[in-house]
Amino acid sequence: MADPMRIRAQSAAGGKATVRVLMSHEMETGQRRDSAGKVIPAWFIQEVRAEHNGKQVMRAEWSPSVSKNPFLQFSVRGAKAGDKVTIHWTDNKGDKRTDEATVS
Amino acid sequence: MNPSRREALTHSAALFGLLATAGLLPAHAQASWSQAAFEAKSLADAAKALGGGAPAESKDVTITGPDIAENGAVVPVGCSTALTGVKRMAIMVEKNPNALAAVFDVSDAVDANFTTRVKMGQSSNVYAVAIMNDGKVLYGVKEIKVTLGGCGG
Repeated sequence: MADPMRIRAQSAAGGKATVRVLMSHEMETGQRRDSAGKVIPAWFIQEVRAEHNGKQVMRAEWSPSVSKNPFLQFSVRGAKAGDKVTIHWTDNKGDKRTDEATVS
Repeated sequence: MNPSRREALTHSAALFGLLATAGLLPAHAQASWSQAAFEAKSLADAAKALGGGAPAESKDVTITGPDIAENGAVVPVGCSTALTGVKRMAIMVEKNPNALAAVFDVSDAVDANFTTRVKMGQSSNVYAVAIMNDGKVLYGVKEIKVTLGGCGG
């Protein structure tokens, strides 16, 4: 199991909440070689989903060119203090992680 | 055993191996992941694979990022648009081995404004691409210079 994500959700002007997520993942590109000259296989987050109070609001697909320990910021409309924001990710090895934060 | 028979056996074994590999690959890949789009080398190919038409430049789609990135492994970029009717937003790095870095499905509940960090192998144009509900593809572009590449370690 991967390390937990760090999620911060803050309510902003206009009835929105700004969500910032920091995931912990190696994001290996599959382009690099190790010291023996063998290609290091790609290992990266393929899919990210965000839910607001249990309803899916955003889905993203990523390639290996997203940086190591990925950062993501987006805004959820109509989210107010106390609401729950849940983030899920799935990597290309099938590993998954889900974390939740409360809008402040 | 005559040599031609042996040869034929070796060949068919090799062919079988190839087929098995090819057959196994789709099982590994997740059906939901747009593999064709992520394997595309150019903006136009990726846009097509994501279900859009020919890309056109637009002032209304903006890409944010530094002019010069010191470390190509971590380049903060953002894509945003104020347009309505956006289906997907994408970030593409022209000179990376595969152009497409990330795709975001936009719903009514989120703004078409995403910020993340990408790797860049070398100085390149970076595109924010908006795929509209009617299939139009609009993009904004910015050149980001990289002093230290992010791929190859």
